[in-house]
Amino acid sequence: MARIILIAIALAFMTIFLVFPLISVFAEALAAGVGAYFTAITDPNVANAIWLTIIIAAIAVPANLIFGICASWCIARFDFVGRNLLITLIDLPFSISPVIAGLLEVLLFGLNGLLGGWLSDHNIQIIFALPGMILATTFVTFPFVAREVIPLAQEQGNDEEEAAVTLGANGLQIFWRISLPKIRWGLFYGVLLCNARAMGEFGAVSVVSGKVFGETDTLSLAVESLYESYEIQAAFAVASLLAMLALVTLVLKAALEWWHRDELTAVRRKKTA
Amino acid sequence: MPTEILIDAVSRAFGTHTVLDDVTLTVHPGELLALLGPSGSGKTTLLRLIAGLDQPDAGRITIGQEDNTARKPKERGVGFVFQHYALFRHMTVFENIAFSLRIRKARQAEVQARVLELLSLIQLESLAGRYPAQLSGGQRQRVALARALASQPRVLLLDEPFGALDAVVRRDLRRWLRQLHEAQKITTIFVTHDQEEAFDLADRVVIMNGGKICQEGAPLEIYKNPETVFVHEFLGESNRIDCHVINGTAHANAGFPLGAADAPDGPAVAYIRPHHIVPAPSPRGPWSVTRIAATGAHARISLTRGPTTLDAAMTADALLDSALRPGQPVSLLFTGGTIFAPDGTHPAKLTALRPVLTET
Repeated sequence: MARIILIAIALAFMTIFLVFPLISVFAEALAAGVGAYFTAITDPNVANAIWLTIIIAAIAVPANLIFGICASWCIARFDFVGRNLLITLIDLPFSISPVIAGLLEVLLFGLNGLLGGWLSDHNIQIIFALPGMILATTFVTFPFVAREVIPLAQEQGNDEEEAAVTLGANGLQIFWRISLPKIRWGLFYGVLLCNARAMGEFGAVSVVSGKVFGETDTLSLAVESLYESYEIQAAFAVASLLAMLALVTLVLKAALEWWHRDELTAVRRKKTA
Repeated sequence: MPTEILIDAVSRAFGTHTVLDDVTLTVHPGELLALLGPSGSGKTTLLRLIAGLDQPDAGRITIGQEDNTARKPKERGVGFVFQHYALFRHMTVFENIAFSLRIRKARQAEVQARVLELLSLIQLESLAGRYPAQLSGGQRQRVALARALASQPRVLLLDEPFGALDAVVRRDLRRWLRQLHEAQKITTIFVTHDQEEAFDLADRVVIMNGGKICQEGAPLEIYKNPETVFVHEFLGESNRIDCHVINGTAHANAGFPLGAADAPDGPAVAYIRPHHIVPAPSPRGPWSVTRIAATGAHARISLTRGPTTLDAAMTADALLDSALRPGQPVSLLFTGGTIFAPDGTHPAKLTALRPVLTET
């Protein structure tokens, strides 16, 4: 009985907070018909937002992927001064409001900021331009890969790398054949989450972008711009793109888990054993 | 031709903690050698130094007449089996064993042949496609061994090879490893803290404590002639009796003779193993049986005389024949033992205790 109640509560919660909003996004987006939907998402300004979002994610995600691998590598393998500080700093973007992160960047790179004078002297624009948006997104999505991979690498320890050394492998071979495959599931989840967040980021990017629709608006900023100019159906159409991104992410994750189910169950069993 | 290993005055410290202190050891070609000692005695560190996983602060390591001190692990020709096996979790059994061959860019046909050969050696042909997590402890152990053997090492190093296995699997694997050694004669060193394992498996045992070698020799030789109190105590249960030597006879301070001892007069410490104490029922015997515990093939008999307590041991069959019962008065015969100098003096060992045929 208790089990049925608990399942019912979980399902009700899911339905109210996830399923209904998701359905309503698509319902609103298609409210004026399929034609209007496609008009909305093929609008040049929206196309620009899609393009911008993809560029930002395409730079922020690999940057955090590389950083996550480096951080997990050195935190799991070496004991150095500042190791705990590094682990704490990685969490910083989680505990800081994205808006504050954006403001910090304005303070640093803005015209009246610390580096602003030097930057404008050299004709480099960061704030209210793509570089600032990339920086803000990278900062906000910074912990996603690292947080997935570091505990995994720590738990797995250094034994397999040492075994590979005795079997004749050099540093690069160990990295590509042992260390990287060992953490690849953590990396994969981290990258998926990082990508979803990078494409959906709003707060930090909205502060540094200047929000010029058609120029510095990403998808999530475009939703707001359209909504504020009372183009409700178009706003929902763009929102549906972001919702689809979330669905694709989920499907991709499930599909990969299914393809590699043998290995995955093996690894999990070892974990619990 | 099997390989010889020379360890010459090797020291290693981690920070201020000295783990190996001027250790010198020769491992004979084709030998199966056990490094035996309590945890923290430096035995695993020594093994890692031989493999090149760690560098000594001082001293030289020679493998097969070549100085290997500064060589990288892969240039040393050693196979290493880790305590927790360290199998590659994301690779199948086949790929685990094939790893060193793939690193050396061996041809596929060669890899296939060698791995199949090793799989048949470890009797796991049917599990080639499994992942390590799908294997039992004993199976993982054998895969780890096959992986270490794949590139035909000159030297095989095993760190606590049976530590994580249950008793039956442990015994089987021990026997199997011994057979493998008889067949291949690779110079092999294994680390263990289990005296029975070391004595059962090894040609020669090296006992370590506190980063130094205490004693080395054939198992029986060490067991019969422990040179220090530490070795004596480490090799099994013992009764410690404070005593003094007078005119070639050792007397317990509690006031009973122990046996003949060729040592100078003065204070000493006798160590007597339980099976060297033979109790016999005697109506006026000064000892009393307080407890008898049969643990299978052997039985332990606890004895008291005033404040002194001793443990004797005999086979269960002998116990049944002896008709000993708790509370019974008995006299004792000491049939062996070792006399050491009082704690902290050198040389530690004075003499063996020889029985005198008077019961006490």
